[in-house]
Amino acid sequence: MSAAGLVFAVQGVNPWTALWKIFGGSFCRSFGFFETMTKAIPLILISAGLSIAFRARFWNIGAEGQLLFGCILATGVGLHSSSLPSYCVLPLMFLAGATGGALWGTLPALLREKYRVNEVISTLMLNYIAAEAVQYLIYGPWKGKTQWGFPYTDNFPPAASLPVIPGTRIHWLTLLIGLVMACAAYFLLERSSMGFEIRVSGENPEAARRSGISPLRVSLLVMGLSGGLAGLAGTGELCGVHHHLTYPWAISSGYGFTAIIVAWMAMLNPLWCIPVSLLFAGLLVGGDAIQTSLGLPFATVNVFNGAILFFLMLAEFFRENKISLKRSASAGA
Amino acid sequence: MHDRPVLQLDAISRSFGPVQALSEVSIDLKPGEILGLLGANGAGKSTLMNILCGLHRPDSGQININGSKADIRSPAEAAGLGIGMVHQHFMLVPNMTVSENIALSLLHCPFFNPLSGLEKSIRERSEQFGLTISPDEFVINLSAGERQRVELMKVLLLSPRILILDEPTSVLTPREAAALFAVLRRFSSEGRSAIFISHKLEEVMQITNRVAVMKNGRLSGVVTTKETDSHELARLMLGSGTAGAGNAGCVRQGDKTLDVSSLTVIGDSGTQALTNVSFCIRSGEILGIAGVSGNGQRELSEAICGLRPVHSGRIFLNGIDLAGKSVRSINEAGVSAIPEERIHYGVAAGLSITDNAILKDYYQQPFSVNHMLQNEAARNHASGIIMQYQVSAPGQDTPVRYLSGGNIQKVIAGREIERRPILLIASHPTYGLDVGATDFIRSQLLLLRHSSAILLISESIDELIRLCDRIAVICAGRITGEFLPGEVTLEQIGLMMGGESVNL
Repeated sequence: MSAAGLVFAVQGVNPWTALWKIFGGSFCRSFGFFETMTKAIPLILISAGLSIAFRARFWNIGAEGQLLFGCILATGVGLHSSSLPSYCVLPLMFLAGATGGALWGTLPALLREKYRVNEVISTLMLNYIAAEAVQYLIYGPWKGKTQWGFPYTDNFPPAASLPVIPGTRIHWLTLLIGLVMACAAYFLLERSSMGFEIRVSGENPEAARRSGISPLRVSLLVMGLSGGLAGLAGTGELCGVHHHLTYPWAISSGYGFTAIIVAWMAMLNPLWCIPVSLLFAGLLVGGDAIQTSLGLPFATVNVFNGAILFFLMLAEFFRENKISLKRSASAGA
Repeated sequence: MHDRPVLQLDAISRSFGPVQALSEVSIDLKPGEILGLLGANGAGKSTLMNILCGLHRPDSGQININGSKADIRSPAEAAGLGIGMVHQHFMLVPNMTVSENIALSLLHCPFFNPLSGLEKSIRERSEQFGLTISPDEFVINLSAGERQRVELMKVLLLSPRILILDEPTSVLTPREAAALFAVLRRFSSEGRSAIFISHKLEEVMQITNRVAVMKNGRLSGVVTTKETDSHELARLMLGSGTAGAGNAGCVRQGDKTLDVSSLTVIGDSGTQALTNVSFCIRSGEILGIAGVSGNGQRELSEAICGLRPVHSGRIFLNGIDLAGKSVRSINEAGVSAIPEERIHYGVAAGLSITDNAILKDYYQQPFSVNHMLQNEAARNHASGIIMQYQVSAPGQDTPVRYLSGGNIQKVIAGREIERRPILLIASHPTYGLDVGATDFIRSQLLLLRHSSAILLISESIDELIRLCDRIAVICAGRITGEFLPGEVTLEQIGLMMGGESVNL
């Protein structure tokens, strides 16, 4: 925290003022709080999914790409839904979004188990491929005719719009899905035999293999779920906020990466992901606030986030490894 | 050879905690001599050599090199004193070339363009010792024998006066071993000395001038190779006298439970780890596998458990062939295993005793019903194991990593035995345990024998003789003998462990 405070101090702003602006704006004022809730929705979904993957020691850095690829499939359904009965448009879009995310997630799982491709690299790179695919679609084949030349797809039909809480941008249906999914993820990890497989694989893959747990099955499972939840988050953003496919960085302002911090800070417990997501959503909203009120760049908030993750990991290290000062062996002998 | 010794070890002692690894070991090494160092596992060979290499320091005793006292504090100092060691496990970077790997190991290597001049010196040494290597080949493409030649070249470039080879032939084919011996002879003909660590008696007889034999951290004898034979060496290694029958009675034996026939398995390095291994175990019987570790024991247990593919041969469990079946179906067929390296293979150390107690049967009744874990059943099972197997732990929710080695082993033994297996494979089940835990695990094995067949893999001859109904000896992936305890002398066991066949 003090390191983050230093970042503000360097830029000539009293750290306490900055913190107040960030959190005061996002939690104490109604508009700010509604925005915080809106941004917390994708974070809850993604971080719950990442918790599952990280518990199995599958380092999924690609939630961003899984979210975007889910968006692509969901958009495909949304744009061609005019012939469908209106009540099944949203369920189909969510299904498509989850499928897309799951596909994008299981690909690195397959690569890791079949060809020993490092999942950090593959999931990270797939982010860029998904982002470029979105760009290609919105500038190319899916470019909307009604968007005055902007690289957006046409707006989805009204049946594809998620209801919001009046006066806010909170698409409550996705929020509900997020809360249910976080609880389900917790239940899966802690109470089901599949969760047992995930935990054992993460703790000791060799012991898991000896008890007959298939590494391929576990990897596919965790990445299917992790990617699927990211895809759901993307669909929620599409149908609840944007109503069309747009620039990849507009659909997700780094949710896939912020959620990594959220998952770790929640100690990979999907239930804890809910409050921690709110906290970080508040940081994101507050980041917008300090841009206008204090004239600081948004990157300051990213530095803040990074510092939190860094010190979190440091704290974890010191919790696991006690430091003891010892005389060196040669001096003792 | 009456020259002054190049190396004198004088009453070297070293202990690790309560374990006395070396006590008062004195050896000297003459110029131009190849000294064999022989001993069973845990005899102290490695500790002694690690002291020479500067990895450990002796608690007491003195090392003299060329007559002057030497204090070896680091591997670099050992190299400076002319001591070079070829380790049993290769320390090479696979995706770099041979000369790059060699440059890595050199102490005085130019910072810029480190390979300059290296080719020339490699070629010189190659000619000098008849050691052929190809400098531009990538290490990943080399066979085990070629890799060893690279390791040897790394050491030879430092012009050592004393060369230490730790079990150099364990990965070599007989032809490669012969080539290595030729290099060694040329090396010693220049007046330099070598220490050759091995447990293969035949090789020791073939290549060495003198042999030092260690047993339980002490030097049990130094003999001149010409004046001895493998029988004497085996006797020095394991002690004299008969291997007394200590089996706690017999139980009535049933049908053949496990029937392994001409099993051949490929090891990690791509060579055959097991060749045509055949044996059987009846229910009510404990079959011991004796041998120096690294001779195929791990591969044997992995092949039976389905963790390692079977190259050829069959493994019948009550008439059903296990070869090619999945780990899980073999578990379900009634095979349990107490693995070696308990923390790496046996438990998920961060999880609780409860989770570890159901590690193999978590998905079955009563621990899971409709894919839902039944915590109550699991906790009861765990507390049952804690009580019955005398695990000292605060409770069943304690993470296993906070337990001592003995208690971890009791948790594993409890889990595996309580599955009521048809066959239990116990690999080094008492390795590193204190007396109490050792006795307890042994008594549990004897109890289980009433209902199951047990394959006991151990390095401790004493343990095998106490527990087993029958003992087979494994060396270099082959069964070199099978006998009843009390039927043979320790000397004969030593010969079989050293790869010589014995007529019983």
